[in-house]
Amino acid sequence: MTDRYETLAARIDERFGAQMTRVASSCGELTFVVDKDDLHEVATALRNDGEFGFEMLMDVCGVDYLSYGSDEWTTSSATGTGFSRGVEREPVILDEADEFDAERFAVVYHLLSLHHNLRLRLRVYTGTNNPPVVKSVVDIWNGANWFEREAFDLYGILFEGHPDLRRILTDYGFIGHPFRKDFPLIGNVEVSYDPEKGRVAYKPVSIEPRTLVPRVIRDDNRYSADLKGATDG
Amino acid sequence: MAEIQNYTMNFGPQHPAAHGVLRLVLELDGEVIQKADPHVGLLHRATEKLAESKPFSQSIGYMDRLDYVSMMCNEHGYVMAIEKLLGVTVPQRAQYIRVMFDEITRILNHLMWLGAHGLDIGAMTMFLYCFREREDLMDCYEAVSGTRMHATYYRPGGVYRDLPETMPKYQESKFRSKKEINRLNAARDGSLLDFIEAFTDKFPGCVDEYETLLTDNRIWKQRTVNIAVVSPDRAMQLGFSGPMLRGSGVEWDLRKKQPYETYDQVDFDIPVGVNGDCYDRYLVRVEEMRQSNRIIKQCIDWLRENPGSVMADDHKIVAPSRVEMKDDMESLIHHFKLFTEGYCVPAGEAYAAIEHPKGEFGVYIVSDGANKPYRVKIRAPGFAHISAMSEMVEGHMLADVVAVIGTQDIVFGEVDR
Repeated sequence: MTDRYETLAARIDERFGAQMTRVASSCGELTFVVDKDDLHEVATALRNDGEFGFEMLMDVCGVDYLSYGSDEWTTSSATGTGFSRGVEREPVILDEADEFDAERFAVVYHLLSLHHNLRLRLRVYTGTNNPPVVKSVVDIWNGANWFEREAFDLYGILFEGHPDLRRILTDYGFIGHPFRKDFPLIGNVEVSYDPEKGRVAYKPVSIEPRTLVPRVIRDDNRYSADLKGATDG
Repeated sequence: MAEIQNYTMNFGPQHPAAHGVLRLVLELDGEVIQKADPHVGLLHRATEKLAESKPFSQSIGYMDRLDYVSMMCNEHGYVMAIEKLLGVTVPQRAQYIRVMFDEITRILNHLMWLGAHGLDIGAMTMFLYCFREREDLMDCYEAVSGTRMHATYYRPGGVYRDLPETMPKYQESKFRSKKEINRLNAARDGSLLDFIEAFTDKFPGCVDEYETLLTDNRIWKQRTVNIAVVSPDRAMQLGFSGPMLRGSGVEWDLRKKQPYETYDQVDFDIPVGVNGDCYDRYLVRVEEMRQSNRIIKQCIDWLRENPGSVMADDHKIVAPSRVEMKDDMESLIHHFKLFTEGYCVPAGEAYAAIEHPKGEFGVYIVSDGANKPYRVKIRAPGFAHISAMSEMVEGHMLADVVAVIGTQDIVFGEVDR
């Protein structure tokens, strides 16, 4: 982390106090968590105040933290079976729940200040609401328009005050939000030409999901914080 | 008197000037555009979701297929984000090779843009001229990676292999005469670096040819001057980057301002536009080709004098060589682990941005410590540009839509992802 970023972090801390909480970063980037009710106020100040001057919003994206930190194959003891490639097709879980885990969905904003040559990342958790709602920043950075539409399309996050919140990447009439972690990779439907109807029709997906490489999480001592200093020297 | 109504016209999705699959719903008043509503996503392949289902190193090939006219630059963004998370240092020679190939890619991209943009608004010859030079650069890709387009050449920790000492040559066939073969193979006797050097020597002359055809061409100027003017403030508001931002007069280039790899050690200039119209963006891109050529020359000089390793020396991330693998038990274990399970990346998040030929190409990776990324987000420059389509074409004639699509340098592989 360079001094310039430390200075920026100190200035943000001084100006916003409890509204922005800093998150530790392993690779020298500055990340702050902002409460969704404070987002609009904080974003306006970050753009308009000369001392911050984040005049560009490079990216907005949704993140679904549903299965964060969980693996598909835990090997704590010896096993004779190994990992089967023929993973059973899991039923599609529709979002019937009234509430989500408060930190399930997040919207991540990447800001850039051309004037100060600094970058900043904001993360806003959408809270327990189903559907998740965040205030739109289109009125602050007009370029956010399509990025928010994309986050809506892929994650079902609603942006309050967005002028034109429509699906953008998926097909016309698509059902579901494909980038949610409970949406299957192979999808739910497939299309083919139906000669009887004389048009392209949707059918339930016929292929089986296959996991070729299981998701595993290994403890690697080289990356643990207390050992990192020791191995470097 | 009859009531006059605006009418709506559908453009695309299969239209030769749409540069792929773009559907535009245009609201017209006579021939003047009132509103444009681009429908994208017809090429959506969920690259990001696919990347989440595969070990880190297996998604490099998907990156080539994003912006399929500047392949290696896409890989660069992705690979840099992984390196940032892993904390790997890339050997200097690999950094120079990456810079050189990034610039080759920039020329590739700009040639494709110039050819297609020219063709769209009436300059047929440009297309043929540009593809003539592109062919040589494709051969560089082939020599170094084995494929002409989807190279998968950049790997976390360096590049796949060192620059080859020989160039592949054209073989004699019944379709090509001996004389023709000799002409084609003239620059291919030496190494790849010799071939690239020969290219850089002739390329400024080629750019002069393009400029002779276009820069002062009356028709070209009529089609581009004062078309789709974007003010610097609007360009920043709309999240423009790359030549689209520089064409509006904002001096911003990640290669200079936030240098990555060895861009701080090479000498080049950033061209900047004045009026922010299609013509200025054309001039910026043409000058960028000349500057890229300059950077490539400097890289060639450095690479000739400094042999060395092109991969980080860390077999937890980089696979051992084939020979080592057959010879050494430990290397065999590493090889097996890397090609089945892959490596686990420490938990955290990283955003790596590079100056892609089209603008800022950023890759945001969230890792939870697994062998697959938890979330990959690709910030494609074209996505921000095309979202401003409506604003740029408003009040222009129908024929100018094509000029605007061209000037934005849209490729749907990256817009739709």
